Amino acid sequence: MKKSLHLKDKIMKNVCFISSLTSIFFLTGITIILFKEGLPLFKEIGFAEFFLGKSWYPTFDPPDFGMLPLFIGSLWITFGAILIAAPFGISIAIFISEFSSPKTQIFLKSMIELLTGIPSVVFGFLGLVFLGPWLQKLLGLPVGLNSLTASLLLALMAIPTISSLSEEALFSVSRHFKEASYALGATKWETIIKVVVPAAFPGINTAIFLGIGRVIGETMTVLMVAGGAAIIPHSFLQPARPITATIALEMGETVVGSSHYHALFALACVLFILNLLLNLTANYLFVKPRRT
Amino acid sequence: MKKLTQILVLACLVMTLIVPIAQASEQLVVQGSTTVLPIAQAAAEVFMQDNSQANISVRGGGSGNGIAALIDGTCDIADASRSIKVKEVILCQKKGISPVGNIVAMDGIAVVVNTSNLIDGLKMEQIKDIYTGKINNWKELGGTDMDIVIVGRDSSSGTFETFESIVMKGARVSPAALAQGSNKTVATIVSTTKGAIGYVGLGYLNDTLKALEVNGVEVSHETVGSGKYPISRPLYMYTDGAPEGTAKQFIEFIWSAEGQKIVTEQGFVALQ
Repeated sequence: MKKSLHLKDKIMKNVCFISSLTSIFFLTGITIILFKEGLPLFKEIGFAEFFLGKSWYPTFDPPDFGMLPLFIGSLWITFGAILIAAPFGISIAIFISEFSSPKTQIFLKSMIELLTGIPSVVFGFLGLVFLGPWLQKLLGLPVGLNSLTASLLLALMAIPTISSLSEEALFSVSRHFKEASYALGATKWETIIKVVVPAAFPGINTAIFLGIGRVIGETMTVLMVAGGAAIIPHSFLQPARPITATIALEMGETVVGSSHYHALFALACVLFILNLLLNLTANYLFVKPRRT
Repeated sequence: MKKLTQILVLACLVMTLIVPIAQASEQLVVQGSTTVLPIAQAAAEVFMQDNSQANISVRGGGSGNGIAALIDGTCDIADASRSIKVKEVILCQKKGISPVGNIVAMDGIAVVVNTSNLIDGLKMEQIKDIYTGKINNWKELGGTDMDIVIVGRDSSSGTFETFESIVMKGARVSPAALAQGSNKTVATIVSTTKGAIGYVGLGYLNDTLKALEVNGVEVSHETVGSGKYPISRPLYMYTDGAPEGTAKQFIEFIWSAEGQKIVTEQGFVALQ
C-alpha cells in the first residue's frame, strides 16, 4: 500500500512537471513560428521600408508594407485608453482599500471582476451600435468609429486590471506607515496622497504597465470600433487601425506564403516584442524597489 | 464499478479513433470565402437531408484560406469569391494540384449610401474619385454639404478585390477609408452614418440602406444576372481536377434548379 502511494506521488509530480514544461514548449514554439514566418519579409523589402513606411497597401501591385500608421494607431489608442483608465482605476483602488467598509469592498470587487468577464466582442458591439453613433451625434462628427470610441471602450477593459492590482499594492502598504503619519497629525487625505500612494507606487506602476499590455493586445473591440483607416491619426476624433485589427482583418484572406502573409507575421513580431518589453518593464518596476 | 468506468473510457477512446475512419469515404470538407458561405451552408443542409450517408462540413475563413486549404489537401472544395491568383496556381503546381473553378452563382456588388442621402446614382468614374479621396464632399456631386465617409472592405477580401478591379482599375483606395471585415459591418456603418458610402454584396441590401444606380443601371437580380449592371462577379467552388464523387454530386446539386433556388434565397443571383 505504501509503495503504491509512493508511486502515485511520483506520477503526480511528473505529470505536473510535464504540464509546466508544455507552457515553455508552446511559448518557444510560438516565438519560433512568429519569427520564422515574419522574417522572410525582409528578403523582399528593407527594414526601413517596413518600420518607417507611411502607407499600408498590402495587396496593391506593387505592394507597400509601411507599418508606421498601424504602429502609431496602436500606440495612440492605447495612450488614450490609459489616460482615462489610469486615474479611474487608481481612484477606485484608493476608495476600495482606504474608504469603504468590508461589505462595500466585497461588493465593488466582485462588480469589477464581473467587468473583466465581459467578452471583448460585447464591448465592440456596444461601441458599434451605441457609443459610436451617440458620440457622432454629440460631437457632430462625420463618423462615430474613431480613436476616441476605441479608447473609451478599451479604458473600460483596462480599469479592472489597473484597479485590482493597484488595490493589492495599496493594501500591502504597512500599517505602521499610516499610523506614523496619523501620529504626526496628518489628515486621512494627506496620509493617502503623501504616504500610502507613494509607498505603493511600484505596484501601481506595474498595474498601469499591465493595463497597457492588456489594451495594446486587444483585438476584437478595436477591429469593430476603431474605424480601420490606415492613416497616421492626428486627433482622437479620427479613425485609426491598430496592428491587432490589421492582422485579424487581413490574415483570413491572404495567400499563405505571400509577402503579405509574411508582413502580417512581421507585424505580429512587432506586437510580441512590444508586449514582452511592457511585461519586462512591469516586472522590473515591481521587483527593484523591493530589494532596496 | 471502477473497472466499468475504465472500460467505458477505453471504449470511448477507441470509438473516437474508429468513427472518423468509417465516415471518411463520404466526408466532404468545404472551406473558403465568407461570401459563398451562406450558399454552401444552405445547400449542404438540403443535400445531407437527401443523401443521409454524406457528411459535409462547411467552413468560412476567406477565399485565400480556402484555396490554401485545397492546396494543402485539407479541404475538398474551396469556395472563392474571386478567380484563383497566379501565385496560387504556382503553389498548386508545386503540390501537383490542378485547380478547376466551377461557377455556382453570380454576385453583384451594390454601392450603398445612407437613406438620408439625396444622391440616387453615380457614374463609375465618380465612385472611383470618391474612393481615391479626390471627391470628399457630397456637395461636389450635387448633394448636401457633408463630408464623405468612405467605408470599404479589408484589402484581402474577395469583395474588395472585385471592387478594386472593376471600379478602381489600378488606382489606390484612400488610406482614410474605413476598412471593415464583413459585409454586415459595412452595412451597419453606412446605415448609421449620414455621410457614408460603402459597397456590399447583393444579399446584404435592405431597407436601412440606399443602393445607388451605377452608370444609370439599377442593381437588381436581373441586371446582375444579365451582366448589364457593371459591378458584378461570378462565385466559384474550386476542386482539384474536375469534381468527383460526393464533390461532383454536391456541385451538380447546386447547379440543379433546386440548388439555384437556394442561391436566390440566399440573396445571390442564379446562373442563367
